[in-house]
Amino acid sequence: MNEAVRTSLMGRALDHVPHMRALGISFRGIEDGWVELEMAYSPDLVAYPDSGVIANGAIFALMDSTAGIAVVAGLRQSMPIATIDMRLDYLHPPAPFERLIGRAQCYKYTRSMAFVRGLAYQDSIDHPVANMVGSFVLPGAS
Amino acid sequence: MTTLEWANELRRSGRGERIESLPYAVMLGVIADHDGSDFKLIMPYRESLIGSPGRLHGGAIAGLLELAALSTLVLALPEDEPLPEIKPVTVTVDFMREGGMRDTFAAATITRLGRRIANLRAVAWQYDYSRPIAAANLNIVLARAAT
Repeated sequence: MNEAVRTSLMGRALDHVPHMRALGISFRGIEDGWVELEMAYSPDLVAYPDSGVIANGAIFALMDSTAGIAVVAGLRQSMPIATIDMRLDYLHPPAPFERLIGRAQCYKYTRSMAFVRGLAYQDSIDHPVANMVGSFVLPGAS
Repeated sequence: MTTLEWANELRRSGRGERIESLPYAVMLGVIADHDGSDFKLIMPYRESLIGSPGRLHGGAIAGLLELAALSTLVLALPEDEPLPEIKPVTVTVDFMREGGMRDTFAAATITRLGRRIANLRAVAWQYDYSRPIAAANLNIVLARAAT
């Protein structure tokens, strides 16, 4: 499957996930195993009224979504996966009233596991808002 | 409103009613539980929390855990001191069971409350506290104004 087709399929699949729709998350693209999702700025996602700063919890949800798609993107066949654990280091507060981009790569698959790394950023990946590591369990493992 | 203003309001209101004034908490539908002696949060089931068929999105559960930890921390800080700025720095969430299409509860305990760092553990459950669906470890920096 070429990347343009895959991008279009991914984008349509995300629209059907209620929580992603609620967060305003859309698919940006995939390149060399790195998946990018975008979470549009919305006053509904702000931590404190009028601050314009997106809540950490929403950033966590963006990264969990991005990581999950990075895992699925690298599998030969579609299968349900589940997050085992995920850690976010919040490096600095996001700039107010701006969108966030989640970027993640699955860097290791075993028969039962997938290991993911990534970051959240706004303007430049050299200036990330948060760093992420996570692990997922694949079906067949217990 | 800043973290500090919200935290001050939360402390004044005493039992976390003010969680309902936070936009992200409203988006999740999180409310504070007023029953019993222990402070906990409830995230009533709603369709917008779904991440995959029949399951809550892990990010929504993580958001609930973080809100439980932050409110528990604010309520525990000494009342005779100015509130510090509260900044979560590392948050690790373990997902243990899938979150089903029903109400989710969360409560947090403070492992250690220091001058500069607070360590908290938050747990989320649906049927029974002893059967958690997820738990979070949060390390939070308390930034105090220079005196």
